[in-house]
Amino acid sequence: MTKPLLNLEKTEQLRSHAAQTEHPRELIVDVLRAIQEENGWVPDEGIELAASILGLSPLQVEEVATFYDKIFRHPVGKKVIHVCDSICCWSRGGEWIVQILREKLGIDLGETTSDGEFTLLPTCCLGACGEAPAMMIGFTLYGNLDAEKIEAILAKERSGGRP
Amino acid sequence: MKKHTLLLFKNRRPGETVFIEEYRKQGGYTALFKALREMTPAEIRDTVKASGLRGRGGAGFPTGTKWSFFPSDQGGQKYLVCNGDEMEPGTYKDRVLIEADPHQLVEGMIIAAYAMQIPTGYIFIRYAYKNAFDCLQRALAEASEAGFLGKNILGSGFSFELHLHGSAGRYILGEETALLNGLEGKRANPRSKPPFPAVRGLFDKPTTVNNVETLANVPHIINGGADWFASLAYTEGGAGTKLFGLSGHLESTECHELPIGITLGDVVREYGKGVWQGRRFKACLPGGASTPYLTAEHMTVPLDFAPLEQVGSRLGTGGVTVFDDHTCMVEATLNLNRFFARESCGWCTPCRDGLPYVSWLLEKIEKGQGTMEDIDNLRHQVHNINGRSFCALAMGAMGPVESLLRLFEEEIVDHIRKGRCPLKS
Ligand SMILES: Cc1cc2nc3c(=O)[nH]c(=O)nc-3n(C[C@H](O)[C@H](O)[C@H](O)COP(=O)(O)O)c2cc1C
Ligand code: SF4
Ligand code: FES
Repeated sequence: MTKPLLNLEKTEQLRSHAAQTEHPRELIVDVLRAIQEENGWVPDEGIELAASILGLSPLQVEEVATFYDKIFRHPVGKKVIHVCDSICCWSRGGEWIVQILREKLGIDLGETTSDGEFTLLPTCCLGACGEAPAMMIGFTLYGNLDAEKIEAILAKERSGGRP
Repeated sequence: MKKHTLLLFKNRRPGETVFIEEYRKQGGYTALFKALREMTPAEIRDTVKASGLRGRGGAGFPTGTKWSFFPSDQGGQKYLVCNGDEMEPGTYKDRVLIEADPHQLVEGMIIAAYAMQIPTGYIFIRYAYKNAFDCLQRALAEASEAGFLGKNILGSGFSFELHLHGSAGRYILGEETALLNGLEGKRANPRSKPPFPAVRGLFDKPTTVNNVETLANVPHIINGGADWFASLAYTEGGAGTKLFGLSGHLESTECHELPIGITLGDVVREYGKGVWQGRRFKACLPGGASTPYLTAEHMTVPLDFAPLEQVGSRLGTGGVTVFDDHTCMVEATLNLNRFFARESCGWCTPCRDGLPYVSWLLEKIEKGQGTMEDIDNLRHQVHNINGRSFCALAMGAMGPVESLLRLFEEEIVDHIRKGRCPLKS
């Protein structure tokens, strides 16, 4: 059997939370994020699972899931790199940072490395404008980036640790 | 450098978060005791109104006035929502505030809820702010444990429940009615106003939405009084302090708490340590990506709501992004406009179709393929989009474009005449 989309304990926890909530629908984002955390992304079965937990139709879940850019409806690598392309990062060499990442990873924006390790995506402002240029890998924020730092960060993230 | 009073950052130490023990040692939650034991809800609303506090989320609406429209005396369910979406490029002050001293927000929300007799609150936090989310989660647990949240707070008979909501991206969720749809688990397109949230908001109940920084100011106003708060500003008509997040081409790009009304020049020179690499100041966004540019001639303008409006811009969120004299303003505006076009929720045509067209025009000019007609086209778009979009996102997007046309027309024309970007060799 393949790995379940969400472990039983978490599923039950969300189900009972939904049962106690006056408006279960308000938990959509929580449920989608939980599925994504466990699975990396949200496949069609994840939409159906969320719908069954919340007593909604899959379409009601889908129209929310596809609205958010941090809910992935396509497979992604083990780690998603969100590189900021908004104004403050742009002003301090953000385009060059994207170029370095593309070269070092050998992929373009929107692609995943062949070893399945990293997906590279552009993102709007990460709220790290004082440390521009910035990126986020998973939930870890990295600022004041340059070529050397990126090299070290990628090496550490690849081996599972943090620099 | 003149010494000034710090409220929001008074406990701040780099790399650390102040939790309940330290917060209380520094006088935290004394305002809550004062509010619940010595003041009526109406007195609190009046005090906030008299303080002159204006919303820190971008629009600058007077907080006390907003609260006075709220049906405080109406029984039943009502909601208080804290807007911690903070996705406007150049804006990072709410993150710094929460990560430094999160209990100010919690205390401010309890007092605000008491003032409007609201039983339930939500704090909405954007996806990228995992650390801020964790800080708040701990702060909420601590506040509950101390008896500041939950039933019958401090024996006052007032009860308040406060929930935390982690979002999953998209700038439009910062728009308050889109945020309410997002909280309800619906697709986060904005709602039409009226009805305003104060009448029909979250789950169709009366709702007040306020920014993180706005709410965090409330305990300080209750402790220090309305007149004291108002007196902190350098400007006659201003009130309080403001968090200014500096970014762009400055030597130092940090977030500072400064009196409202400090001049742009003082911020750039004293707190930004001047333009980087010894270059010259060319322009800045004074309050986030949707605020019209200022130039070197605006150095003496006080950073306050009214004075900035007088020079054609806005205080916005207080995120000051500086551009040096090597910056091409067409290219900067193109970057800004692409952000707005990508973050458009797609609901209305002026924004969904208009913003990509503006990007296309700017890109054409930047590449040296523009014509004089394109300038007229741009002007026409600004005129066409302003006031015609369903929410304020598209109007915000026109801020930089309108000011580019007003302040840097020569630079645009130069692109067209030379057939290339004059700032690139
Ligand atoms: C596109 C758009 C994005 C916004 N983003 C934010 C935001 O991230 N945080 C915020 O507090 N207000 C934001 N606002 C303003 C809110 O709609 C609302 O006015 C504000 O939260 C009210 O709080 P305040 O009165 O305390 O400022 C945004 C408005 C628009 C139109
Ligand atoms: S202005 Fe843009 S963001 Fe606002 S409703 Fe229209 S399409 Fe959506
Ligand atoms: S513009 Fe990149 S973090 Fe804000």
